[in-house]
Amino acid sequence: MTQFIETQEVVAIAREELPARAAQLAKDGWRIVHVACINQGDHLDVIYAFDKGYKLVNYKLTIAKDDPVVPSISATYLAAFAYENELQDLFGMKVEGLVLDFKGKFYRKRHEAPFNPPACAATPPAGKA
Amino acid sequence: MVQRTIVPFGPQHPVLPEPIHLDLVLEDELVVQAIPSIGYVHRGLEMLAAKKDYHEMVYVAERICGICSAIHGIGYCIAAEALLQVEIPERAARLRVIIGELSRIHSHILWAGLLADGFGFESLFMHSWRVRELILDLLEEATGGRVIFGISKVGGLRRDIDDAQLERMAGKLDLVERECRAITDPLINDSTVKKRTVGVGKLPMEIAHLLGAVGPTARGSGLALDARKLGYGGYDGLKWEPIVETGADCHARSAVRVREITQSFDLIRQTLKAIRPGEVDLKIKPGVNPKGKYAARIEQPRGEVIYYLEGNGTANLQRFRVRTPTFANVAPLVKMLEGCQLADVPVIVLTIDPCISCTER
Repeated sequence: MTQFIETQEVVAIAREELPARAAQLAKDGWRIVHVACINQGDHLDVIYAFDKGYKLVNYKLTIAKDDPVVPSISATYLAAFAYENELQDLFGMKVEGLVLDFKGKFYRKRHEAPFNPPACAATPPAGKA
Repeated sequence: MVQRTIVPFGPQHPVLPEPIHLDLVLEDELVVQAIPSIGYVHRGLEMLAAKKDYHEMVYVAERICGICSAIHGIGYCIAAEALLQVEIPERAARLRVIIGELSRIHSHILWAGLLADGFGFESLFMHSWRVRELILDLLEEATGGRVIFGISKVGGLRRDIDDAQLERMAGKLDLVERECRAITDPLINDSTVKKRTVGVGKLPMEIAHLLGAVGPTARGSGLALDARKLGYGGYDGLKWEPIVETGADCHARSAVRVREITQSFDLIRQTLKAIRPGEVDLKIKPGVNPKGKYAARIEQPRGEVIYYLEGNGTANLQRFRVRTPTFANVAPLVKMLEGCQLADVPVIVLTIDPCISCTER
């Protein structure tokens, strides 16, 4: 028996390209699998994964921390609203064009952007949500 | 004149063992929109990767959920093993299938009880719990645990399940399967149950696909999506096909789970025949740490779970991200609630088998 390791393509794209790519993927029958954000210290990586016929394709955006804005794909993939609200709540990103925007209140959390806190000291409590 | 009102559903509700909130926009008794809200018990477990050694994170992964804990542990290990480029012993991979499928059966039986409770079939609810104990007994004998098993580790299994134990398990499977069938038959054949489930909570195949539905929620809408078909672990070489129903309603989603219980027994029997003596633990040398990124896709009882790991060569993972099946099924749930009657909301919610503990990882 051989250990199964899936081939997973990662394509780096500019954030402006994302909505058009998503629209094309939806048209071609790909489903959204997940959106993951990775705090790389000096910047954020956002990975959008899509599947068709058990083939996984990832699109990676590299986002500067001083301009944490990404376009929404929720108009194409409604399911993305949950992932995109998570980006806003946990990483402090701004997702433009979200069709169901909870404005930072999707998760009831004590700290602002707990997965991407400001560089200085601890984030002050944001109060009970 | 139609009256529009908003009825809050949850976070505390008799059919919800865990907190999730839905704002139901009603026109008289008809739901025209459902707005979900989660995060009541979000634990931020993903951030523990920064503090825990990647070997210790197996315990954290298992504690994401008390129902699918075994498969959470297995999923994490598969992702970590892919990053380390190691091949675990065949016996360990086979034993993971047995543990995983027993977990799937007890999860589906638990769901059957909750659904029965949801529409007031209390005797079926209680019998579901009784039968689930039989499965937990098998798991306890095999792993030593009933909720958290602690048997998976990066590189295989912490301990072997010896042949005598496997033989005893094989001897009990027929009895347990008969008991399972006795309680699940009414869920798909009883006329009073069907009145509550047939044609209710429709999710057409195209919409299920577009909304990223997974697991029995997707397969009940005719989508043959099952991550086990990727052939990870010990599933490679087993003969089976994803269970698919085309009704796209609550009854179809129930039927998928009921048929999957039988299928899981079959997968366990196939694995018991295929298993060979051998090691179950590949020792990972100290100082060998994960590097790179990998998203493992594993089929849990509720559907596909994603374990995205990113390592930078240190003992701590740079990113540990889990996308759970219930998280993926929130958008399909919102869609299937549109146009239903208020009285059907609990049944529809239960047919995605929501696991908020997973979602609030």
